[in-house]
Amino acid sequence: MARAAVLGRLTWQLGEVAELIQETPRVSSLVIDLPDWPGHLAGQHVDVRLTAEDGYQAQRSYSIASAPEAPRVTLTVERLEDGEVSPYLVGEVRVGDKVELRGPIGGYFVWRAGDARPLLLVAGGSGIVPLMAMIRHHAAAGSAAPVRLLYSSRSIEDVIYKDELAQLVAGDKRVAVAHTLTRMQPSGWDGYGRRIDGEMVGEVAWPKKDGPAVFVCGPTAFVETASGLLVESGYDPAWIRTERFGATGG
Amino acid sequence: MQQSDLKLDGNAIAGLLREIFTMEMTNAESTCAGCGTVHAVGAVDVYLNAPGAVVRCPACEQVLMRIVHGGGRYWIDLTGTRCLEFRGDPG
Amino acid sequence: MGFVSRGFRGKRRDGADSSRVPPGQHVVNDFPVLSAGPTPRVPLSEWTLSIVGEVDEPKRWTWDEFRRLPSESFTVDIHCVTKWSKLDTTWTGVSLATILEQVETAADFAVAYCDGGYTTNLPVDDLTGQQAWIAFEYDGQPLDPEHGGPARLLVPHLYLWKSAKWVRGISLQAEDEPGFWETNGYHNHGDPWREQRYWGD
Repeated sequence: MARAAVLGRLTWQLGEVAELIQETPRVSSLVIDLPDWPGHLAGQHVDVRLTAEDGYQAQRSYSIASAPEAPRVTLTVERLEDGEVSPYLVGEVRVGDKVELRGPIGGYFVWRAGDARPLLLVAGGSGIVPLMAMIRHHAAAGSAAPVRLLYSSRSIEDVIYKDELAQLVAGDKRVAVAHTLTRMQPSGWDGYGRRIDGEMVGEVAWPKKDGPAVFVCGPTAFVETASGLLVESGYDPAWIRTERFGATGG
Repeated sequence: MQQSDLKLDGNAIAGLLREIFTMEMTNAESTCAGCGTVHAVGAVDVYLNAPGAVVRCPACEQVLMRIVHGGGRYWIDLTGTRCLEFRGDPG
Repeated sequence: MGFVSRGFRGKRRDGADSSRVPPGQHVVNDFPVLSAGPTPRVPLSEWTLSIVGEVDEPKRWTWDEFRRLPSESFTVDIHCVTKWSKLDTTWTGVSLATILEQVETAADFAVAYCDGGYTTNLPVDDLTGQQAWIAFEYDGQPLDPEHGGPARLLVPHLYLWKSAKWVRGISLQAEDEPGFWETNGYHNHGDPWREQRYWGD
């Protein structure tokens, strides 16, 4: 069992938005300067707290998208139509604005480059964010572990980090990415075009004899379906770590 | 939004647990006082859309923990958790 | 004051009549779903509502019998302890006065119990008159399971945690018995106008 780390008190700190990157029509990344950042592990998240002038506060958790090796902390946020915090972070925030956050938080849904097992990452929608931190960490650390990502999105326009993933795959034989687009596929599409199912998992996942490390992240229904399929295919549940995102809050 | 999306997991209360415990708790293993199964706190069912956090056993759905934070106070009920096991620092 | 997020307002609605908004609350336009567990799904053919405890004789209604009781539509404001309030919500339900008329009791206290195990406690005095209903319609439609359907308790003059979703019965008792949230920090009575949120408030 992983050792629980004794940590300092979790305190709120102010970061400054250094860069904004629009990833898809509804998703942006915020690259944040945090002078007192203690460092983080791939898969961890932060809590972001917004305060209005009359003192009203709203708080949400967002996964860290950047590798531990990166000089700044990047959050990737999907703007939810009826959200309270996400429409502020994706739409109102400008470069130079300050954002209050605390972290890093989490110890269960974490991958370290020292883990040499084949790595299987399964992402539904914005569930790609903490898995991207793992992929970026894998690249920055020069990890020899082979990686397979199965990434489900609604359409090609919704695929976050599309170009970066394509470049990683082109440049590194150890990284393979299988996309599935569940609602619409562009003409000439040669990836999957349906919701994940047993056949897709059987084709993409590592054979069970490889004893992989598995991380599944996305909306609750997606995570439960995906991990159920993996266990049905013969995976040991102990290999699989999951993180459910709510569609609420945001 | 699907109804099931209201159910999260222990990762969603990692920050709240850090406010209460001195250690990162999502790797702690909890034994359900109801059915006896053991799960990592990161893998238990968590309902946050409520006046407090309600943590339930994924196997039997019984309440493992209730946590309320308000008015400057915390109330935590662990009676549904027979025990929590985690490693600390050696010596 | 501390840090302020430039340009952040949140989802609150401006301009509500403040005499209708209890202290510490803000008005919202949507209807947030709060849940402490999986949504119970009970077929109407199996649903019953019971009055038990300190009564001459326990009473039970099937769904059809319950729906034959006199019901009424009403419009009320609702206030959740998580600080949102929703004004002018319209419901249809059977008043607790109608239900309690069917039993003889001298009990002072009630506990509402529900599918999924939730409970909440109230003085019987808070259930009489036009203060409480078993509601089965919201906004002209059958009550959605995520909002407590097929039927929930509705007690709008108290914080909404007292309006127990998926109610299946009322236990009338000589002794008060704090329920799910009342045993874990929330105020035993829960009057939003006196801001009775937590123990000791």
